[in-house]
Amino acid sequence: MSNSIIKARDVTTKFGNKVVHDKISIDVKEGEVYGILGGSGSGKTTLLREMIMLQRFKSGSIEILGQRIGHLSHKQIVELKQNWSVLFQFGALYSSLNVIENVSIPLIEYTTLPKELIEEIALSKLKMAGLKKEATYLFPSELSGGMKKRAALARALAMDPKILFLDEPTSGLDPVGAENFDRLIRELASLLKLTVIIVTHDLHTIEHVLDRFCIIFEKKILFEGTLEEAKKFEHYAIKEFLKLERG
Amino acid sequence: MNNFEVIKENSKQCNIKISQRLDKDSIKAIYSKVKKIQNQKYSFVKIDCSGMASLDYVGALMIADLSATLCENKASVVVMGMNQDSQSLLLFARKNLRQKTKVKLLKENIFISPIIKAGQYAIDSIESFIFFLSFFGETVSKFFRIILTPWKFRYKATAVHIEKSGAQALPIVALTSFLVGLVIAYQGAEQLAKFGANIFIVDMVSISMFRELSPLIAAIVIAGRSASSYTAEIGTMKITEEIDAMRSMGFDPINFLVLPRILALLIAMPLIVFFADIVGVFGGMIVAKTSLGISYTEFIIRARDVVAVKHILIGLFKAPFFGLLIATVGCFRGFQVTGSTESIGHYTTISVVNAIFWVIACNALISVVLTEIGV
Repeated sequence: MSNSIIKARDVTTKFGNKVVHDKISIDVKEGEVYGILGGSGSGKTTLLREMIMLQRFKSGSIEILGQRIGHLSHKQIVELKQNWSVLFQFGALYSSLNVIENVSIPLIEYTTLPKELIEEIALSKLKMAGLKKEATYLFPSELSGGMKKRAALARALAMDPKILFLDEPTSGLDPVGAENFDRLIRELASLLKLTVIIVTHDLHTIEHVLDRFCIIFEKKILFEGTLEEAKKFEHYAIKEFLKLERG
Repeated sequence: MNNFEVIKENSKQCNIKISQRLDKDSIKAIYSKVKKIQNQKYSFVKIDCSGMASLDYVGALMIADLSATLCENKASVVVMGMNQDSQSLLLFARKNLRQKTKVKLLKENIFISPIIKAGQYAIDSIESFIFFLSFFGETVSKFFRIILTPWKFRYKATAVHIEKSGAQALPIVALTSFLVGLVIAYQGAEQLAKFGANIFIVDMVSISMFRELSPLIAAIVIAGRSASSYTAEIGTMKITEEIDAMRSMGFDPINFLVLPRILALLIAMPLIVFFADIVGVFGGMIVAKTSLGISYTEFIIRARDVVAVKHILIGLFKAPFFGLLIATVGCFRGFQVTGSTESIGHYTTISVVNAIFWVIACNALISVVLTEIGV
């Protein structure tokens, strides 16, 4: 068994008086593709945002790569953040930069690679993400939703991160595109030895991409494990979830 | 440390030995060597990776690119000594190698491009002017239609905008107006005292505040506050497709967004100006008392005797025009926003600049006309 790369323990989150997470604990192992599942408004994205330090939680602890977040110096945070990248639900591309600049910018900021090579890397990441050649020099406002998502994935992959966080990666894609996206994530995970955390609804993703997943139900972790285990688990919510939810 | 060793066998053949690491931290040092090899006419290149300890995607991509370029130059390339992981990574990099597309950059001619730009600017201005006319026309026609069907009017939204753009602006209007009244009286007091014409401070402050300054100050403050917020609000709605959603549901954005804002300012502006009048003159009164020794009672009695009501009315008469102008410009620029978040900033800036300019221009026009007809 490989080590846990992310360890969440008793994380409690409150918005005002409303409890979102009540002492939830999960483990993500190195090199696996891990899913965070749950109904709308169950706090999946919130949990993701807490892991990537965009949101604070009330109590409990989250450890990433052996470092306990919330107790780090500014310098440690900057270094730690270089280990992961995030694909936001709607892409979140920088609107003042064109596609290739969007992909290049982390490389320009954080590495000393020559310009030519950066461009080459950016082009190859765009191809990897399945974006058409013609879109390379367009601005985000000129892209369709699916193209934005692909460009954003290319940006997320630019730095070859150890951990990749994906927030509903297949929502807004056509079925064929979504399937290709799923296959791509699988391929990337095995070739680049990525650990991938996916927040998703998509049944196809759950079946074909995830190694393990957790289901958030009524503020708690209802289940954590593989699909086979989930199918054996007797609970109406899981049965319904794995049958009905579509991306 | 030499992790990228080039051994030239002869002019046709060369061996490359890669050792230790080949990743994004170590590539910078060897990149010039790689470029050099790419430019030479080899017919056989052997890349030996048996001594390589680790390879990342950037390194794999570099090898893939190097061999692709060499192959294009009709060289045969052999990569050997890679372990299984590196091999599959290289394969993956090869698959994703994309040659640069040559982008045709139009060369700018320094003599012609200013003319092109000027022409473009003129065309844009004309288009924007026509768009403004149609926007204003549509608003006016929708306004008359709403008069016929008053139950469709958005009273609640209008009230909200009166509060946001009117009532909440009072503190800042009060402060600016008070300070302007104070400063005018202060500067005037010194001059008037030289002639012993102290009491004329009342005429000066009251008439200038009522007739010109209060309306102008109020309008400029409101232009800065509300024209910008209207543009930003509507612009954001346009980007997030809220306006498209309204249209598709058969809600008219003019009815929903524009008319309440325009009416709110039409109603609020005269009230704001009246408020500014009071505070401004009060500022003058304080200076009159402290530096010229004219008591508040004296000031008010003198004002009642010499300041005609028409001055106040003229100031109040201008206010709704300014309100109309500010709201229309603010909304119009909001509808011009397209695509990116940058364009919101762009049009918000334009909207405030336009609103302030047109308020001042309109004020000058009204002044000239009223003076000419002898009011």
